[in-house]
Amino acid sequence: MTERLVRTVALAKTYRAFDEDVPALRGVDLDVRRGEFLAIMGPSGCGKSTLLHLLGGLDSPTGGEIHFDGRRVDGLSEAAWAMLRRRHIGYVFQSFNLISNMSVAENIELPALLAGHSTEEARRRRRELSRQLGIEAQAVMPPGRISGGQQQRVALARALINEPALLIADEPTGNLDSQSTREVLEMLREYHARGQTVVLVTHDPNVASRADRVVRMRDGSVVGESHLEGRRPSSDLLRTLVTVED
Amino acid sequence: MKYPLLALLATAPAHGYELKQRFEARFAPFRPPVNVGQVYSTLQRLERDGLAQRRGVVETGEAPARHLYEITAAGRREIEQWLSEPSTGIRLRDDFFLKLVLAGTAGLVAPAEVLDRQRALVLQELRDLNDLLSGSDRPEATMQLLIDGAVLHLQADLRWIDLCEDRLRDGGL
Repeated sequence: MTERLVRTVALAKTYRAFDEDVPALRGVDLDVRRGEFLAIMGPSGCGKSTLLHLLGGLDSPTGGEIHFDGRRVDGLSEAAWAMLRRRHIGYVFQSFNLISNMSVAENIELPALLAGHSTEEARRRRRELSRQLGIEAQAVMPPGRISGGQQQRVALARALINEPALLIADEPTGNLDSQSTREVLEMLREYHARGQTVVLVTHDPNVASRADRVVRMRDGSVVGESHLEGRRPSSDLLRTLVTVED
Repeated sequence: MKYPLLALLATAPAHGYELKQRFEARFAPFRPPVNVGQVYSTLQRLERDGLAQRRGVVETGEAPARHLYEITAAGRREIEQWLSEPSTGIRLRDDFFLKLVLAGTAGLVAPAEVLDRQRALVLQELRDLNDLLSGSDRPEATMQLLIDGAVLHLQADLRWIDLCEDRLRDGGL
């Protein structure tokens, strides 16, 4: 096991549109440590989603390298990427991307079955995750009948069912109200606390601030990063919130 | 302390120690305990200015005797006036702004570093506040409002820092 789960070297992506080259990513060097909770933050169009798509093999780079778990993967075929994703990378999207004519339980179990687990094993894992995420009661419902917050929990269960080394979350709270946002982020943090490596992309600093490290992107490049500390005692903090004039 | 004490007196007459307790019950999580001496000196000033008056002595059997204070008509007008006015005050972290401008002038620290460190601090504060909101013991409603307000201010700070960075990059600082 390598300490670095993901490494990119001079990763670049240029799109061709109207006979013009449009660079979306201009040489990004990024390391993701095993067990880290990393947020990539930046305005829309900064390249953060492109970077995430490349890390998940949903798109292919036009330059540079991607290493996953010590293995170079940027040149993998689509089929090889599909295999890698199925076993080692969980993906959570802004729009949940659940299959509408399958039940919640079937949505969650599907990746486990595709990865070759038995129905019993898939069911066992689904039940365990559903319990942790508080969606046991929704098992037989279609995704369209449950709230956005619950749908994202289902998507999270689906992403985690094969115990992926890397969990990728692309604006996971973009379609959620503030209460559901808080709950989903809290769950991400709980899985991270148990050792899950998480890479999250967001334009929202409020969301990014839950990570251990925040990398900022602009115009296709990484422009800076901040390391954040864990939970701190609340008493001192509260006193700095408000002052009453003496 | 003047206006908070007047507002508390407007609810019901009280002696100094009682006011301290009422104030703390209302604001305890955000404020350190109130110095009772400060409450007494504020009450004396209120009395001097005709905003409150002594109504009698509470017999506690102990020395010194506690004076019971009540709000006067003038005091009631004063607190109504205060509560009716919109609040002015410092909206920006001006110490940070001074640093940003002076760092460039003095050439000792790069302004970009000032921005980076400030951003890191604000992110950390955002994280801390969100921890309070998502912790197992949810804060009570007043405190939650205050935290929500602080979070929004920090978000505005971050946008301002981004703007400063843009100007800096364009050579405008």
